[in-house]
Amino acid sequence: MAFDQLSDRLQMALRRMRGKAKLTEKDIDEMMREVRLSLLEADVNFKVVKSFTQSIKEEALGDKILKGLNPGQQVIKVVHEALRDLLGKETSVFAFKKEGTHTVLLSGLQGSGKTTTAGKLAMYLRKHYQAKPLLVALDVYRPAAVEQLKTIGKQLDIVVFEKGTDTSPLIIATEALKYAKENNHNAIIFDTAGRLHIDESMMDELKQLKTLIKPDDILLVLDAMTGQDAVSVADHYHTQLGITGSIITKLDGDTRGGAALSLRKVTDVPIKFMGLGERLDALEVFHPERMASRILGMGDMLTLIDKVTENVDEDDMMNIMEKMMSGKYNYDDFIKQLKMIKRMGSLGGLMKLIPGANKMLKNNDVDEKQLIVVESIIGSMTKKERKNPDLIKQNSSRRRRIARGSGRQVSDINKLIQNLEMQISTMKRMSQMDPNTINPNNPLQSMPQPQQKRKKGKGKNKGGFRF
Amino acid sequence: MGFIKQLFQSKKKANTARKYSVGMAKTRHQIKGQLTALLSSNVAIDEALFSSIEEVFIMADIGVETTLEIVDDLRDAVKLNTINDAQALREQIVEILFKRYVKETVIDTNLKISKPISVHLFVGVNGVGKTTTIGKVAYLLKAKGHKVMMVAGDTFRAGAIEQLHIWSERVGCDFFSKPAGSDPSSVMYDALNYAKQNAIDVVLCDTAGRLQNKKNLMMELEKIHKVIGREVPYAPHETLLVLDATTGQNGLTQAKLFDEVTELTGVVLTKLDGTAKGGIVLAIKETLNIPIKLVGLGETLEDLTYFDIEEYIYGLFEDFV
Repeated sequence: MAFDQLSDRLQMALRRMRGKAKLTEKDIDEMMREVRLSLLEADVNFKVVKSFTQSIKEEALGDKILKGLNPGQQVIKVVHEALRDLLGKETSVFAFKKEGTHTVLLSGLQGSGKTTTAGKLAMYLRKHYQAKPLLVALDVYRPAAVEQLKTIGKQLDIVVFEKGTDTSPLIIATEALKYAKENNHNAIIFDTAGRLHIDESMMDELKQLKTLIKPDDILLVLDAMTGQDAVSVADHYHTQLGITGSIITKLDGDTRGGAALSLRKVTDVPIKFMGLGERLDALEVFHPERMASRILGMGDMLTLIDKVTENVDEDDMMNIMEKMMSGKYNYDDFIKQLKMIKRMGSLGGLMKLIPGANKMLKNNDVDEKQLIVVESIIGSMTKKERKNPDLIKQNSSRRRRIARGSGRQVSDINKLIQNLEMQISTMKRMSQMDPNTINPNNPLQSMPQPQQKRKKGKGKNKGGFRF
Repeated sequence: MGFIKQLFQSKKKANTARKYSVGMAKTRHQIKGQLTALLSSNVAIDEALFSSIEEVFIMADIGVETTLEIVDDLRDAVKLNTINDAQALREQIVEILFKRYVKETVIDTNLKISKPISVHLFVGVNGVGKTTTIGKVAYLLKAKGHKVMMVAGDTFRAGAIEQLHIWSERVGCDFFSKPAGSDPSSVMYDALNYAKQNAIDVVLCDTAGRLQNKKNLMMELEKIHKVIGREVPYAPHETLLVLDATTGQNGLTQAKLFDEVTELTGVVLTKLDGTAKGGIVLAIKETLNIPIKLVGLGETLEDLTYFDIEEYIYGLFEDFV
C-alpha cells in the first residue's frame, strides 16, 4: 500500500520511544524531527506538516503522556489520531440520490486519471446503488479521449453519450441531460478535459458547465503522487468551483501519498474514493480511520472483511473450510478458491490489508501470474485426479502427463502438491487455535508457523506458489 | 560574482531562454518572491533565516535531502566569505546552484541519432504524458528532416492507440499499430521489421503507463526493451523516462526503478509550466545521474524544448540577482 514507507519511517521514529518509562522533552523533539522529515519526504505539504507536528508536540508534552504508564504507546496513539484527523475524521459516504438523477462532474489536472475514474465510478454506482449510469464525454481536446471513454463504456456495458470533438462541451452536456431524462438514466458522470488550475479560460469552461449542469457532486481527481503543489491545485479548484469532494488515484503505487494527507486538511473537502489499480473495479471508498491505521502499519482488516463478504459466496466458503479441516480438500476446491481470490481483485493489494502481512510480503511479491500457472496445471488433470489428490501424489507418470499437458515442469506439479498439503495443514492448525490468544493487532503472529522446509537439491530458486 | 550577472545578461538576449522565462514564470514567481521577501538587507543572517530558506526550497519539491545540502553549502559560503548582508545571499544562492548543477561538464541533451535506424523508447507511470511527448518529439525530429515513425506500444489503455494515431496525422509521420490487446513486444518486433523495410530513420515507441512497483508490468517492459535490442543493434538508442513535473518525491523512485529495468538514457519532464514547484529537476540531478533531456513548457507542439540547466536556473531566478 502506498503509505508503507511513511509507516516505516514513523515506526523507526517511534521505536526509540517504545519501552521507555518516561519521555523527556528532548526525546519528543527528536521524534518530532523524524516525523517532520518523514512527512516532508512523503510530499505532505510543508504548512500541514508544521501544524501537524506542532499539535502532536503540544499533546505529547501534556501531563497525560509524560506521566503515563507507557509513553511510547501513547505517542503512537496521538500520532494515529492526529493522522486520522488530518485525513478527515469520518468516512465520507457518497450520498447517492434515491429520487431523480444524480449528476457528477469530474475535474482535475491532465493525467490524473479522470476518464478511467469515470468508468470506475459508473460501475461503482451500478453495483452499489443499482443505478443506471450514463457516461458523458466532454473531453473534446485530448486526442482520442472520447474513444477511451467509449471503450471503457463498452467494457462495462454502460452507455456513453458523445458528440465527437467538434461540438462544444456545453452543448454536449445540455444534450446529455436531455438524453438521460428520455432514457431513464438516474446517474450521469461527466468526464471533462484535464486542465491546469491556473488556466483561466479552461477553468471558465468548467464554471459554465457547473452553472449548466448544477451537479450534485463536483469531484476533484488528484494523482496520489502529486508533490507540494497538490494543495494549491486543490485550493484553486475549490475556490473556483466549490468542489464537494475528491478522489485520490494511483494509490496502488509506492508513493507515500502525502498529497492526500494535506489535501483534506487545507481544503476541508472530504476524500470520497481512492483508485487502487488499472482494473475498472479498483475503486474503493476512502476510509480515513483505516488509512491512518495503514499509515502506521497496523493493517486494515475491515477493508479485507468488506471485500471478502462482497465477493465470496459464504456457503461455498464454508464448504471449502469444512473440507479442508476434514482433510477431504481437493483440486476442485482449490481452483474454486482461487477463482474467489481472483474476483476479490489484486492479490498484492489484498495481502497488504492483513496486519503483519505487510512486513512478511516486503521481499516476497505475490505474483498473480502464478494463479494462471496453477489453473493450467489443474486444467490438465483428469476429473478423477482433481477429486482425489492422492492419485497424483503417488504416481509419477501421472505427474509427467500433467506437466506435459500444461506445458510446465514436473517440479511445478510437485510444488502445487506441496502447496495443497500445506494449505490443509495450515487450516488444521488454525482450527486448533485458541481464539483468546489471538493478538488483535497481529493475528498472523499468534498462528503457529509452519516449519521452514529445507531446500532440496540444486537449481535456481524459482519460488513456490504463494498464497 | 560578476560572472553570474554577466551570464544572465547574455542569457537575456538568448532566444531559447525566453521559453523558460515564460514557462517557468510560476515557479520563479514563488521561489523568487519568497526569497526576496526573506533576504532584505536589514535581516540578520542566523539559523532562523537558514531554516526559512530551507522551507522555500522544500516547498518547491526540491526534496529534503537536496535542500539540506544546498543550505549547508550556503552556510559554508557565508562563513568563508564573511557575508553579513542578507541581500548578498541572493547571488550566493544562485552561484551555489550553478556550482552544484552546472559544473564544468557539458551535457549533451540532443537525442542520439544513429544510422541507419534509431529507436527511442518512452516509458513512465500512468498519466505523465508519454503519448503527447512522442507527438512533440516526432515534430522536433521531423523538422530536422528525419523520417519518423510512431509505434503504438500501449495496447492496454483504452484509446491509447487512437490517441497516438491522431498525433501521427497532426505531425505527418508514419504510424505502426496492431489491434488493442496485442502483446507489446510483438508490436515492437513487427514495427521494427516494417521500419527496416521502409527506410525509416527514427522509430518512437510508446509504451503503456505502469507504476514502478508492479512487478509483472515491469517485467513486460524489460521484455520490450530486450526485443528492441535484439532486432536493432545497440537499440534502443534512447530510453526516456517521461516524468510529470508536478510529481513529488516519488519521481525519484520512478527514475530509480525504471532505470533498473531499462537503463534510462534520459528524462523528459512534462507539464513544467503548470507547477509552481518543478524542483524535482534538482532532486533528480542530485540523486541519480540521469540527464534531463527535454522539458515540456506548454501545450503546443513547439513547447517541448531541449533542457538546459543553465537556462533552467536562469528561469528560476531571472531578475533576482
